[in-house]
Amino acid sequence: MLSVEDLYAGYGAILALRGVSLQVKAGELVALIGANGAGKSTLMATIAGVLRPFRGQITFEGQSLLALSPEEIVRRGIALVPEGRRIFPSLTVAENLRLGAATRRDKAAVERDIEEMCTRFPILGKRFHQPGGTLSGGEQQQLAIARALMARPRLLMMDEPSLGLSPILVDEVFAMIRQLHKSGVTILLVEQNVERTLDIANRVYLLNTGRVECQGTPEQLRAQVDIVGAYLGDMWRGD
Amino acid sequence: MNVLQEVLQFLINALSLGGLYALMALGLVIVYGILRLVNFAYGELVMVAGYTLLMLGTGPLPWLIVAAISVGMAVLTSLLLERVAFRPVRQASATTMLITSFAVSALLQNAAILFVSPRAKAVVTPSFFTENFQVGGLLISKGNLAGLVVSLLLLGLLTLFLRRTLLGIALRAAADDFVMTRLVGIRANQVIAAAFAISGFFAGVVALFWIGRLGSVGPFVGSTPVLVAFVAAVVGGMQSLTGAVIGGYLLGALTVGLQLVLPQSLLDYRQAFVFAIVLLVLLFRPQGLVRGTTITERV
Repeated sequence: MLSVEDLYAGYGAILALRGVSLQVKAGELVALIGANGAGKSTLMATIAGVLRPFRGQITFEGQSLLALSPEEIVRRGIALVPEGRRIFPSLTVAENLRLGAATRRDKAAVERDIEEMCTRFPILGKRFHQPGGTLSGGEQQQLAIARALMARPRLLMMDEPSLGLSPILVDEVFAMIRQLHKSGVTILLVEQNVERTLDIANRVYLLNTGRVECQGTPEQLRAQVDIVGAYLGDMWRGD
Repeated sequence: MNVLQEVLQFLINALSLGGLYALMALGLVIVYGILRLVNFAYGELVMVAGYTLLMLGTGPLPWLIVAAISVGMAVLTSLLLERVAFRPVRQASATTMLITSFAVSALLQNAAILFVSPRAKAVVTPSFFTENFQVGGLLISKGNLAGLVVSLLLLGLLTLFLRRTLLGIALRAAADDFVMTRLVGIRANQVIAAAFAISGFFAGVVALFWIGRLGSVGPFVGSTPVLVAFVAAVVGGMQSLTGAVIGGYLLGALTVGLQLVLPQSLLDYRQAFVFAIVLLVLLFRPQGLVRGTTITERV
C-alpha cells in the first residue's frame, strides 16, 4: 500500500533521514520506534508532504507522492494525527471534526460520521460546542484522532498519540488503536512506548539516527532485545 | 440639545465611523492572520475602487451599479495582487512580504499619478452622502446612518460565513495553524485567495463611504484608510478578527468623542490625542486588546 524507498530528508543542512526504506501493506499495523531524534517524525512529515525529500521515492497504491502537496496527499487517502495533536484551538470540537472531512463531498455521510465519532469518543459529544483549546490533553488527543478518521483514510498515520497522557489515558489510546486496526484501518504508528507498541503491531521498524536499524515482527525484535536495548536504553524497559 | 440627544448623536456618529474603521481593520487582519503579511497595498484597493467610481460616475449607469462594479474592481485587484505579487514570495520571510506590499503600494500610486493625474479629482457622489434629516431634534447624516447599517450588516454576514461555511471555518483554522489546515486537505491557494477576496471586498465598500465623504479621489486617497486600519488592528490585536472589530469601533468612538469634548482651540490636534491614547493602550496591552490563538508556523 505504502512504500518508502531509500529516502533522504531533513531540515536545511541537517539530514534527519539517511536512506530509509519501509513498507506498509493494506490492513497492517506498522510501528516506528526509536529514540528522540531518530527521524520518526521527519519520516511522517515527509510522507504527509509537509517536507520535501532530497532523494528517494514514496509511493502510495502504486503512485508517487513526491510531487504532491499535503492537501493532495490527504485526498489520496492518507490522514495524519500529528505530533502534539495540533487541533485547531479556536474552533469548536464540531468544527474541528467537520474540517477533518474537508476532502469529502458526501454531506449526509459526514454528518453520520460526526455522530459516530461522538459515540466512539463520548467526551467529544459532551464538549461539542466548546473551542478545542479548552479541552484537556487527553481530550485533544481523542479529537485529533477523530478528526483524522473523519477523512475516512485508507492509511492512518499517528505520531506519538500517547505522548503526555496519564497512564489511564495511555491505556485508552492503545485500546483505541487496536480497535481501529481491527475495524480494518491500515495504521502507521510512531511511538515511544515500545512495550505497548510491540503488543499491538504486526511489524516494527527501529529507527536510529535516520536509518532503519532493524525491522521485523515484534517477536523478531524482541529476540534482538539486547541490540535494541543498547539504542533505546531505559525506554526499552517500558514506562 | 439635551444630554440624551447628545448621547444618541454621539452613538450614531461613533458607530458609523467605527463600523467603517472596523471593516478596514478586518480587511488587513484577515490576510495577516493567515499569511503574517501586513498588506500595506490595502489602501490602494480603496484607490482602485475610487478611480472606478470616478470613471463610471459620469456615465449613464445608476450609482448603485457603479458602486457594485467599484467594489468588484477592488476584489479583482486584491486577487490579482495575491496571484502576481504575494504568491511568489509566500515562502519567503515576513520582511520580504512586507517590503513587497510597500512596493506594490508605491507602484499603484505611481501608476495613478502617471495615467490619471497627480491631483485629486472630484467624484460624482449621490447627494445622499451629504444630506441630513431630523428626527426628534436629532440631526442625522444619511451617509453616517448608511455607514452604520452597512458595516453592521457586513460584520453579521462575515460572522455567518466564518461559522457556517466550510471555507469560512477553514479560514479561521488557517489562522490557528496553516500547515495543519493543509494537512486536513484544505487547499492553501483557495484559503489565501478567499482571504484576499474578502479583504478587497471590505476595501471596496469602505471606499464608497470614504470617497463619498471626501467627494474626491487621488493617488494617495488610500493612505489614511490603511493607516487607520493598521492602528485599529494593532490596538485590537493583530491576531484576532474580534480584536480588529473592537479596535475599529474604539478608534471611531475616540475620534468622534474627542471631537465632542475637546475645546475649540485643541480640535486641530484631535489626531494627536487619538494616537496618544492608542499609545497608552499599547503600553498596557502590547499584544492588543484581544489576544489571538497562538500561531506556530507560516505557510
